[in-house]
Amino acid sequence: MTVFNESWEAVIGLEIHVQLATNSKLFSGASTNFGALPNTQACNIDLAMPGVLPVLNEEVLKMAVKLGKALNANINSPTSFARKNYFYPDLPKGYQISQMDKPIVEDGFLDIELEDGSTKRIGVTRAHLEEDAGKSLHEDFEGKSGIDLNRSGTPLIEIVSEPEINSPEEAVAYLKSIHSIIRYLEISDGNMAEGSMRCDANVSVRKVGSEELGTRTETKNVNSFRFVEKAIQYEIERQISEIESGNTITQETRLYDSQANTTRPMRTKEYANDYRYFPEPDLLPVVLEDSFIKKTLEQMPEMPNEKKLRFVNEYDLSEYDASLLAADRDLANYFEEVTDESKSAKLSANWIMGELSAELNKENLHILNSKISAKQLGQLIKRIEDSTISGKIAKDVFEKMWSSGNEVDAIIEKEGMQQVTDLSEIESMVSKVIDENPDQLKQYLSGKDRLFGFFVGQVMKESQGKANPTQVNEILKEKLKE
Amino acid sequence: MALSDKELKEIAYLARINIDKDSFPSLKGELEQILDLFEKLNSAETNEVEAMSHPLNLSQPTRPDEVTEEDQREKLQETAPSVQSGLFLVPKVIEGED
Amino acid sequence: MKLHELSLKEQLNGLKEGSFSSTELTKHYLDRISSFDKDLNSFITVTEESALNQAKESDERYKSNKALPLDGIPIAHKDIFCTEDILTTCGSKMLSNFKAPYSSTVVNNLSSDGVVVLGKTNMDEFAMGSSNETSFFGPVKNPWNKEYVPGGSSGGSAACVSAQLASAATATDTGGSIRQPAALCGLTGIKPTYGRVSRYGMIAFASSLDQGGVLARSAEDSAILLESMSGHDPKDSTSLNEDVPNFLENIDSPIKGMKIGLPKEFFERDLPNHVESSTKEAIETYKDLGAEIHEISLPNVDLSLPVYYIIAPAECSANLSRYDGVRYGYRCEDPKDLEDLYMRTREEGFGSEVKRRILIGTYALSAGYYDAYYLKAQKCRRLVANDFTEAFKSVDLVLSPTTPDTSFKAGEKSDDPIEMYLQDIFTIPANLAGLPGISFPCGNHEGLPLGVQLVGDSLKEAQLFQAAHQFQEATDWHKNLPEVK
Repeated sequence: MTVFNESWEAVIGLEIHVQLATNSKLFSGASTNFGALPNTQACNIDLAMPGVLPVLNEEVLKMAVKLGKALNANINSPTSFARKNYFYPDLPKGYQISQMDKPIVEDGFLDIELEDGSTKRIGVTRAHLEEDAGKSLHEDFEGKSGIDLNRSGTPLIEIVSEPEINSPEEAVAYLKSIHSIIRYLEISDGNMAEGSMRCDANVSVRKVGSEELGTRTETKNVNSFRFVEKAIQYEIERQISEIESGNTITQETRLYDSQANTTRPMRTKEYANDYRYFPEPDLLPVVLEDSFIKKTLEQMPEMPNEKKLRFVNEYDLSEYDASLLAADRDLANYFEEVTDESKSAKLSANWIMGELSAELNKENLHILNSKISAKQLGQLIKRIEDSTISGKIAKDVFEKMWSSGNEVDAIIEKEGMQQVTDLSEIESMVSKVIDENPDQLKQYLSGKDRLFGFFVGQVMKESQGKANPTQVNEILKEKLKE
Repeated sequence: MALSDKELKEIAYLARINIDKDSFPSLKGELEQILDLFEKLNSAETNEVEAMSHPLNLSQPTRPDEVTEEDQREKLQETAPSVQSGLFLVPKVIEGED
Repeated sequence: MKLHELSLKEQLNGLKEGSFSSTELTKHYLDRISSFDKDLNSFITVTEESALNQAKESDERYKSNKALPLDGIPIAHKDIFCTEDILTTCGSKMLSNFKAPYSSTVVNNLSSDGVVVLGKTNMDEFAMGSSNETSFFGPVKNPWNKEYVPGGSSGGSAACVSAQLASAATATDTGGSIRQPAALCGLTGIKPTYGRVSRYGMIAFASSLDQGGVLARSAEDSAILLESMSGHDPKDSTSLNEDVPNFLENIDSPIKGMKIGLPKEFFERDLPNHVESSTKEAIETYKDLGAEIHEISLPNVDLSLPVYYIIAPAECSANLSRYDGVRYGYRCEDPKDLEDLYMRTREEGFGSEVKRRILIGTYALSAGYYDAYYLKAQKCRRLVANDFTEAFKSVDLVLSPTTPDTSFKAGEKSDDPIEMYLQDIFTIPANLAGLPGISFPCGNHEGLPLGVQLVGDSLKEAQLFQAAHQFQEATDWHKNLPEVK
């Protein structure tokens, strides 16, 4: 349990809104494509014209069922919709269609990995479907705001955790886990910067050992993993400081300011939060037949946890490596393709987590946009395994592959980078080096064992890096003994 | 059934309807009369009764995930009170629900 | 016989036989509208030009033998149905400038069957009222006696059909808004089973209670129109996925042996003599036709009024939140900030009855009151519905007076909301249970008509039409229509 300021603990719950990647909206047939001109993807239903009615998109039910399974939760059938009433210009009907009692997913959990390697189980209270609101634009309108309802009606699923998270790090681990799952399931691209995944944090503090919960605040407007961590950290410290100064915590909604790294209260009237939920009369209860659920679950991909276990067992990877590779579905697929080609899981994992990740990060590329394909990397590793090139030379080849896009063999051929494995060649190089360095030889023989490395280096230099290091080592050892 | 002034003000705000001072008392009286009607429900025994939100005992139909609506911005904004660059204009929104 | 005196069925035959054209018929009605409607105020919008175009097209179809089922029949639509590019006001200042960007399914269904649309009729604002006195466009007069109200909320549709300014009209019924005006204006009004008629494009008042229906001069006429309006609509999730039967199939079959129930709770009420006697007469007529009369009980029916006045306002308080001056409709002048925009637009755009109901509904849903009011009402609603389910185990139809009295003078009840609400005590239960109900004329007292109501089991409209039609074959009440001057 993380302790703050020596005697405090934090109680955190996360509400994560995930935009579902459907073609059309939750209740209308308008498109959900990102980036369209204002109000060109807002039909009469999205505009709440008089007389319009909602009709449910079947794809969201499939997505919710898959998510429920991945969260180890119950799928509720029937499940129903409710109206959440409030006034805001980006909410055309003056109510949001959401779910109250009987949300589609309920009572699940997620096992997250903590930094020390241990696992912690975080309960997932519920996940429910609701429609997104539009957007308000504030610049360029001289004292007015412009409302764009393209986003209005886009399907969201809100995932609510139990307040069982106790530190900013745990919060991020949970968030990353959810992120990984929704991308694995292909139900969302989970892009926090673009808003397809949004996180609100409910934070309260209490003295270690206390059974009572402190007053909680809700913090919004955190749009990256890093900001989630910082915002929660700030809020915990702020609350502790307030209480220790003799003040009480006000139950309120706060906005995170990423520039100042602070949170401040939002200005809304108290009773304005009476949402007056009641069952949506324009929609009937949704019944999910067993056959529908079964068919949907059959289409589920292998999930991160299962994949990680399989990587450990099948490829003999360490838990750490397996975890890293399994976290992103595309990365995991890439790894398996590389291994398929190279036949060496360990080397494949190393190269991906090492050189390849470095290049991808440098150019801010996702694995899907890697300039070296999985097959190509696999072939590179194959050439190391079959001793065509040394590991060291391979790094050069890798760089050339990345910048030119050419195939492994073509580059080795062109640059003449084949490893020298001819024993007689190496022997003659070793002999040459020994002859050319009598002082060092004398020192080595008189006990300076460290100079062995010097000789290796010289041979490698002599061979322009192409000598097989293992063989160099063996032959040097022998020759030096003489 | 009595309705306090405070309650009426809060309800009016929740419903975003301004009630001018002069109409306040008579409106309050009318609403209280209607609320009196509701007393009748107290005598009904409903412990084992399931709430009825629909006369139909059916389940929700669904539609396939297809885009069926095209851009109708011009037509839909024809009767809009205030539009600029395709956006609906309102007095500046400071912050609120999101 | 004058063209407007022909029933819809006779007009349809006349058009088919070429006795007259749709253009003649339509012009005839348009002339009557311009002569008489200034006084009655039953229309908000008359679509003269398009009506004549539609009539012309209809005539061409008849000539080339491609006539549609209702081709050329001039009707009116209650101004609650969206009609594309035509003013659709819902009787409110809030939508007084609103041209709908699309047409409702009901309008489309009828147009595909070839009707000619004469215009949009007046109504109580947002369908809330029982006298058509809350309309922004002024009250409607009862053609029987212009000092009296036509009923509401479909007062305009009722007045125009009663005054024979249209062959029939569409209307809606949430707590009695078709049946009560039918009774007050001497017409036949049908509210079908909930879900029979699509609500897409029918401006919402109370979603789980609203239903579209017909006001016509006979059961037969109303059946013809209802059939065209009805049917499954994928755009309305609450629309029934059932085939629309031929409502006229059994209409001429005798009703011998049909069981009619009389709820004792209704008949125990203190009603004026003329209501009691006309209802008794109707019961005798049914006995003569061979129906069996049984006393039944609907023990929870007295809960209907409070249940209705919690649920309907609750649903409407949310349904009317979209009227905020942002995307369409009325907007107050120079709003100084967002709050002002909402508060003043809605203060100025809505009339008092609408505001009362929104406030009541908001209250009933608010934290602290939801369980005691809204939830309790939904449970009591189940009790009312269960009573009917029980009753239909032993009877086919339930009979009662439609209204507690004949029409009343304009202004008489408009200051007393509860007095006004009591108009609906016989009609509301059918809406709560989602059952079909029909009202038709059964008497006349001091120059004002009286109506009797039959409520049937779910999906049994055909039986209602049959029973009403047989009554109309045996009596003449429905043939009496006021002379309009």
